[in-house]
Parts: sequence; structure tokens; C-alpha cells
Amino acid sequence: MKRKWRFIGMLTALTLLLVTMSSCGTKSALSDQNVLQNDIKSNTITWGVKADTKLFGLMDIKNSKVQGFEIDMAKALTKEILGKDGKAVFVPVTSQTRVPLLRNGNIDAIIATMTITPEREKQVDFTKSYFNAGQAILVKKGSPIHSVKDLNKKGAVVLGVTGSNSVQNIGTYAPKAKVLQLSDYAQALTALKSGQGQALTTDNGILFGMSVENPGYVVVGGSFTKEPYGIAVDQGQTKFKNRLNKALRAVEKDGTYNKILKKWFGNVKGFNYEEMKRS
Amino acid sequence: MQNFIDAYSWINIRYLLQGLWITVEVSVASIIFSYIIGTILGVIRYSEIKYVSAVVGFVIDLIRNLPLLLIIFFTYFGLPNLGFKPAIIEAAILAMTVFESMMIAEIVRSGIVAIDPGQMEGAKSNGITYWQALRIILLPQAMKNMIPALVSQFISLVKDTSLATIIVLPEMMYHAQIIYGQNSNYIIPMFIALAVLYFVVCYALSLLSRYLERRLA
Amino acid sequence: MIHIFATQWPSLLYGLGQTLLCSIIALFFSLIIGSLFAIFEIMPNKAMRIIGNVYVEVFRNIPLLVITMFFFVVLPLYVVKVNGFTAGTIGLTIYTSAFIAETVRAGIQSVDEGQMEGAQSNGLSFWQSMRYIILPQAFKIVIPPLGNQFINLVKNSSVLAFVAGFDLMYEGNMVANDTLQTMSTFFAVGVLYLIITMPLSYYMRHLEKKLA
Repeated sequence: MKRKWRFIGMLTALTLLLVTMSSCGTKSALSDQNVLQNDIKSNTITWGVKADTKLFGLMDIKNSKVQGFEIDMAKALTKEILGKDGKAVFVPVTSQTRVPLLRNGNIDAIIATMTITPEREKQVDFTKSYFNAGQAILVKKGSPIHSVKDLNKKGAVVLGVTGSNSVQNIGTYAPKAKVLQLSDYAQALTALKSGQGQALTTDNGILFGMSVENPGYVVVGGSFTKEPYGIAVDQGQTKFKNRLNKALRAVEKDGTYNKILKKWFGNVKGFNYEEMKRS
Repeated sequence: MQNFIDAYSWINIRYLLQGLWITVEVSVASIIFSYIIGTILGVIRYSEIKYVSAVVGFVIDLIRNLPLLLIIFFTYFGLPNLGFKPAIIEAAILAMTVFESMMIAEIVRSGIVAIDPGQMEGAKSNGITYWQALRIILLPQAMKNMIPALVSQFISLVKDTSLATIIVLPEMMYHAQIIYGQNSNYIIPMFIALAVLYFVVCYALSLLSRYLERRLA
Repeated sequence: MIHIFATQWPSLLYGLGQTLLCSIIALFFSLIIGSLFAIFEIMPNKAMRIIGNVYVEVFRNIPLLVITMFFFVVLPLYVVKVNGFTAGTIGLTIYTSAFIAETVRAGIQSVDEGQMEGAQSNGLSFWQSMRYIILPQAFKIVIPPLGNQFINLVKNSSVLAFVAGFDLMYEGNMVANDTLQTMSTFFAVGVLYLIITMPLSYYMRHLEKKLA
């Protein structure tokens, strides 16, 4: 008798849990709300940004504010859409939290080194690309590896970062290599230094930054993919997406884009920011 | 060597200590809440009240068998669907409390079980009610034996707060990640600093445990 | 969630296998090492007591991630190259063994002290009385808290995800990033962890009842 009750109890609890949990985040809590309208009313756009990625979005320890190319872009876009007094609020996200936060309405848009891919387009809507990164590899100076092709052999180990698109690309460009994903860039670089892999792959801007800090390591072979970063909005927020696209175009036209680009990438050794300019 | 000197600049250390403060805050709140809730649940689980104890027992087993990381994640992202939108720190404390309560409930239950069953019967035959006997005779003795297990669990709890980096709780581990995000060469100095700071907090708990054990023995 | 299982089962299943393998290895060795250090801690010899004490306090009070990272990035520089799985398993074993030592020590000490004296006055050596008199009784008391530690161990094995150990959490992160269905993926991962931990906790309960 007791067993039977226990079994029934277990089943009910499990079903309840299944129902509540699987409803989590699968459907937008705010899908029928108009994000653009709400933002205009509150005069604020809330952006999900990276807080641990140099050049793009990095927390400044002195004043606890995030800074970087993406932050400045978000500020410029906010001003374009809401006018001079428009407020941009920044919420740090990780690759695990960005989409659930968007779905739950904690953030209005994601601008966090997110490459536009067909698989991702099934889950979120992307604007046009605001930055064309390219993927490259970082190796120890004097390494026999000169390009991604040299990694296409058995026993080659490539290090990457969880949540980045670049690890999937290795499957295309060096299918025989094994890929190890670590949780952030510093950990991946440390693993490279201790010989856990022969090369570290991610977007070139980030790699050039690492090579400046660590003169013993160099970027080789140039970039072998195009990684267009897009701003992600929740599915169905077409008006907001269109407005963002319009704002992006305007920022590119009036020279603000080039100014921000120069501010962040003008001094990065090896990075040709001139060819990234837009008008 | 230069990396170590740069990494341990006052600005970085202060930032790390700010993180430590959040770690301590979340830990203390969760320890207090989960100690109270865990003890109550443990007693209910022990008492074999019809249906109630079975349901409580099942919930305890279910939750304590799930990874805390996922509980934190679901608390922060699942609850808004049910109409409650916790702030990051609230979600962290809530998730830690729910999880640790179940761990503590199990410790409390087994602690009471390990006490000689004759004592309960003896108390009852002396006219003391079940609940009185539990509170005055069994629980105090059980607590004494439970101290090492409880403190081990609390030490795990303090370190497990770092799992809340997944929802960007600005605790010590997250702040360390931000610091070595500035310069990837800071990672090893930061890991050493983390080891030292966590050690200080947790060792204080250990010492407390040894002290209580000796005093109550 | 069912969709995630249907499309991503090969990687999730592989992760489950790695988690299970790592947990079994770590459980076996941490139980042995932990019990050994627990006995060190209560030996009459003071030097041994200090060794046991230092081991427990050091490894139980620093984060598992730090221990694991040490084996993953520092060891290869000076000693021998180990992969993420090995580094994670070694880290997990050392970390858990400190917790187990503490649990077992408390169990031994809660067995009446008079018994040790009685056994020794009857001509048994320290190790003999430990083995035949004290440990069997202590074992019974420590089963429930030991069960907690075993469950912690299985779940702590997710530290492998930080050193590319291809465990369940690592695979889960990859699936979540490929599909962007983070919630459903993590839910699936939670169910898979339950497959390991639930039987473990029921087995411990069964053992507790049997020995009571």
C-alpha cells in the first residue's frame, strides 16, 4: 500500500516538474509585447553584453562599467533610436544565459560577439551584421603550424572557447583535429601554454589582443572564415529589428561607426581596421 | 613574476574582496535558512507521518540528486514563468537554500536515526510526548554527532556559491574571471588568490566545527 | 526536451558515460584514500595525526576547480602531460577524499572510546581493533553522510566541463550552444544526472536499512 502511494506521488511530482520545466523558456513570456514601443515609452534600451571579452565588452574594474566596441555601438544605436537622452542599460551575459534572458524579457537585445548562423536563426532574429570578424589561429612562436590546414591531421588538438562559433568551424576546416572547449579565453590560452593543444582558435581581434600580452605567441595564416556578428532580438520583434537595422545604417553613414572602430581596433597590432571601415 | 605583481595590484585585490563579500553574504543567508528548513524537513522525514513524510522524502531525494548548477539556472530562468522574477542575488540565495536544505535534512534524519531508539521509548513511558522527546532528548544528542557532517556541507556550500557565476552573480569567482579577462596572464595568480581566500573562509568554518565538537563532547 | 534527446542523444550519452566512468574511478580511490587519512587523524602517533589533519584541511577548504586546474595546466609544464579527463578525475578524487576522511573520522570518534581500550587490553593491536571492532560500527553510522558525499562527487564531476573532459555537463554546454535551446538541454542533462544519482541514493538507503 505504502509503495503504491509512493509510486503515485513520484509520478505526479515528476509530471508536474516536467510540465513546468519544459515550458520554461520554450515560449517567449513577452512575445506579444512590442519591445520597441516599451523602449520608447521608458526611454531605455536594455542590452545583453559580454563583460569578460577584451575589446568587445570588458568590465572596467575601477568603475565597474563595461567598456568596449560593442558597448559604444550599443550606446550609439540607442541614441539613434531614442534621441540624445535615450538611456542604454547594460546587463552582463554569458553564452549560457543570453538567450533565456532575452526570452524572459530581462534584456531587449543581445550584442555580445554572437555570430549569425542558420542554426541560431531558428531561435532568435538577427539584425544585419555590425562587425565582420574572421577566425584565425594562435600558436607558439616557431611552431610548425602555419595555417589551419596544418592542423588537419590525426593527433592535432585545437583549443577553443565554449559557446563560440569558431569551434564548429574547425570541424569544416580541419576535420581530423580534435577540439577542446574551455570556459574562457584566459583558460584556453593557459591550456595552450601548458601544451594541452597546438593552437588556439577564435576570432582574430581577440587573438591579436592575446599576442600583444604574450609576445611568445603569434597569429598565423590569416583569417579563414567570415564571422558576421549580429544583434539578436527575440523572435517576432520585427519592428524592433527593423528599427535597429535602420539605426545601424545611420550610424555607419554618419561616420560614428568608423570612429568607434578606430577607438577600439586602431591600436591593435596586426589588425587591419582600415578594411573594416564602413560608410 | 611581473604578472604576479601586476595581478595583485590593490585595485584587483579590492575587486576580489568585493566579490568575497557577496560570497559571504550569500553563504551566510543560505546557511541560516537551510539550517532551519533542513532541520524541520529532516524531522518530518524521520517522523513517518502518513503521506507527508513520504512526499517530503521524495522531494528531498529528487532535489539533492540534481546538480546545483541546474537548480540555480532553473530558479533564475524558470520562476519568471510562474510570475515571480527574482533578482540575481535572490535567485542565488533561494536556489542554494532549496538545495542545501535537502542535504541538511538528510544529515539531520540520519543523525536522529543513529541515536539509540530505546531513548524515545523510555521518554514516552515517562509521560513525555513524542515531539517533546524529539526536541529535548533526541535532537540535542543528534546535533552533537552531526556537527562534522553539517560543517562539511556548509564548506561545500561556501564554495558552491561560485556556481552562481552562471547567472552572473558578482561573487568572488566571477570577479576573478573579470580580472583575468583584463589580461590573460593574471589567471594563475588569480587562481592562487582564490585558493587562499576560499581557504581562509572555509578553514574558519572547520575550526568552528572542531571547537563545537570538543565543547559538546 | 524530448526533441533534444531525439536529436542530440549520441553526445549526451557519451557525456553520461564519461561522467559515470569518472565518478566510479574517483569514488573507488577517494573512499580508500579518505579512510586512510581518517585513520591517520586519530592514530596515537602525533606526526601521523598532523599529516592527516593537514591533508583534510587543505584539500577540503580550497575550491575543486583550483585543484583540477593545477593538474590540467601546471602539471604538464613540469611533470607529465595529462588530458582533461585525467586531470579532472585526479582533482575530484583528492577533493572528495578529504571530505570522506572528515566523515569517516567523525564516525570512528562517535564509536565509544572504551571499545578501543577494551580491545587493546584484550591483546588486539591498534590496527586489529580498528579493523574488527571500530570500523564496522563506524561504517554503519557514516553511511548516510557518506551517501551525501557520493552524490556530491557525481555532481562535482561536472568540474570536468572546465577542463574539456567531455563529461555530461561539457556535452550539455555544447548542445545548448549548438541549438540555443538552453533550458531544454539543461533539463535533459538534469534528468541524466538523476539516472546516476537516484539509484546511488536509494542504494545507500538500502544499505543503511540492512545494517541497522
